[in-house]
This record gives sequence, structure tokens and C-alpha cells, in this order.
Amino acid sequence: MSLINYSSREINCKIVYYGPGLCGKTTNIQYVYNKVAPETKGKLITLATEMDRTLFFDFLPLELGTVRGFKTRFHLYTVPGQVYYDASRKLILRGVDGIVFVADSQTSRYDANIESLYNLHENLEEYKLHVDDLPFVIQYNKRDMPEIIDLEDLEEELNPEGYPSLEAVAITGVGVFDTLKTVAKGILQRLSQN
Amino acid sequence: MVKADWTIYEEDYWAINSVLKELLKNSNSQSVLLIDKTGQMIASVGLEPDFDLMSFASLCAADFEANSQLAKLIGEKDFTTLYHQGSDESMYLSKVASHIILVVLFNKRTTLGLVRLRVKKAVEGLNTILSTLFDKLEYENEDLKEFDEEFAEELTKEIDALFSD
Repeated sequence: MSLINYSSREINCKIVYYGPGLCGKTTNIQYVYNKVAPETKGKLITLATEMDRTLFFDFLPLELGTVRGFKTRFHLYTVPGQVYYDASRKLILRGVDGIVFVADSQTSRYDANIESLYNLHENLEEYKLHVDDLPFVIQYNKRDMPEIIDLEDLEEELNPEGYPSLEAVAITGVGVFDTLKTVAKGILQRLSQN
Repeated sequence: MVKADWTIYEEDYWAINSVLKELLKNSNSQSVLLIDKTGQMIASVGLEPDFDLMSFASLCAADFEANSQLAKLIGEKDFTTLYHQGSDESMYLSKVASHIILVVLFNKRTTLGLVRLRVKKAVEGLNTILSTLFDKLEYENEDLKEFDEEFAEELTKEIDALFSD
């Protein structure tokens, strides 16, 4: 839910990374954290288990420059991908402005992607939202892995509606910024068009 | 033209701020913060905490939401207040209107009883201000002329600059 504060002259927007367990949501955010200039980023908060699996969420605030006196911030969140953390996933979606669905390109994760995407639709419905209502970007991650699903097949199964989609190797940063740029620009466009 | 999901105008901000300041003084606490349930900071008064406020706000919202779900599981509608006791610093959180959280940080200079009492009064004041604010948003359907496509273009340039490998 974008929030405009006229007194502190701030605009805040929330971007959520969604996807099946171990698809690379946290890796996306960690790459962004490591690469952006120190003055533009806040603290990276990670609520993870001892095994480094996301328990509740990761959070990273990013600050754009000041435009016409307004400071614009993007708050990046990841959800826990594991199936049994559904209650936490639902909470993170509250007030979302834009969603990145990180799909795992590996053949073995085919069903997990479908299940997670279906789960996203279900959870959005709880907030009376649909992916059509907000900027939605699909990232096909792990394109460097040996056994991966063809891009066409992924598109056919996960993206028949033709939402913006990108290939990525989040661990090395390929496609990470492009994904974020696509969703961030989508949010700004939506704000100025309303 | 920008349409936010919600907006705080200057006059509302100052009205909110004065309630927070009064609470800070009357409860003898360290800091008082107002956060929305999506984890965004609205206002803060008192000692500037030496931690990252953005992270603090997002964790408070998550804390409140997680507890609200716990309440539902045990058959309660909601937990409207939460209290976290530390050996030196403590926190008292209270729900305001439908989606705002008031957070009071305090130490041994005051007591939980006093904080709780003063928060109750402050919540009443904030509820009045916020319900007027939400009504205003509903009826005015805010038309924020300061933001137009040019504004979005300028921000887009900022995005390109920030997210470059």
C-alpha cells in the first residue's frame, strides 16, 4: 500500500518477492543489498531458521533520490517459500504494491512453481486482490543449472497471460536488477496513471 | 497524477504529532512512534532511537500481525495491545483505528501502568484524527496534482541510476 506522507515528504512502496522454497528470493534481495550504494540502503533484516531458510521474511528498505522534494522508498520483502509457512506469507502480502514471482527453472521444481503461483493467487484473494491489479513480474531463476525447463514451457505453464518475465541467475546477479527495475517502474507508472 | 492508497496531509500530521508529544510527556517515556500495519513509519517523537527506524517499523508491523493471527487461533477477535518487557527498555504497542499501530518505548523512569493509562487516552485522540482523515480520503478521492507523468519519469531515472550493475 503506497503511503504518501506530505509532512515528512516521503512516498513508500512495498514490493514482495514470492515463489517456492529455495527458488532464490532471499538471494535476489541479498544481491541488491550487496550492490547498491551504502547511502541508499537500510539494514537488511532476515528472520530465518538456523538452516538459513526464511522463517518469516527478509526486509530491505531502498531509498531513491529526492524528486521535487519527495523522498521515495521501496521496501523489499521476501516471503518464506516453504509450504507450511502459509500464514506468514499471507501477512507479508498485506499492503503490497508490486510482486515479483521467482520461479525455479529446474526440472525437479516444476510442480513447486505451479503450487506456489496458485498459492499466491489464493492469498491475494484474501485481500480481494488479483495479480492484474498491481505490477506483477515473473523471474525465471537458476538458468545456469544443468537440468532446466525450456523457457517456452515455463511461459506456457506459469505465464499464459504474458506478464513481464525475465531470465535470471540471482546468485551471480544476472537479471536481478532488471527484475527489480521492471516492477519498480510498474509501480510508478501505476501511481501516475491513476 | 498520483493516487496513493492513503495519504497524510500536513495538517493531519501536526494533529497526530501533538497527540504523540502529549503522550510522550505524560507517560514519561523515551519515544513514541506511529506505524501503519504494512510496516511504514508515519511519525515519531521523543529521543531519536539509535537503531534503524525502517527495520523497526517493519518488525513491529510483523509482530503485531503475527500476534493478531495468534489471537484468532485461540478464538479472540484481536489482541489490541502488546507488551514486551526488557531488563532496561520495554515496548508497549497498541492498535489505533483499523490499521495503525502506536508504539511506546520506555524504561525504568516510568511504569507500565502509567504508560497503559496514557496510551488509552492517546488512542482515543488518534482515532478521532485518523477517522476524519480516512473519511476525507474517501470523499475527496485525493487528486495529488504535484505528481504527474513527469514526476514518474524523473523517478524512473532515479531507479535506473540506483539499480545499475
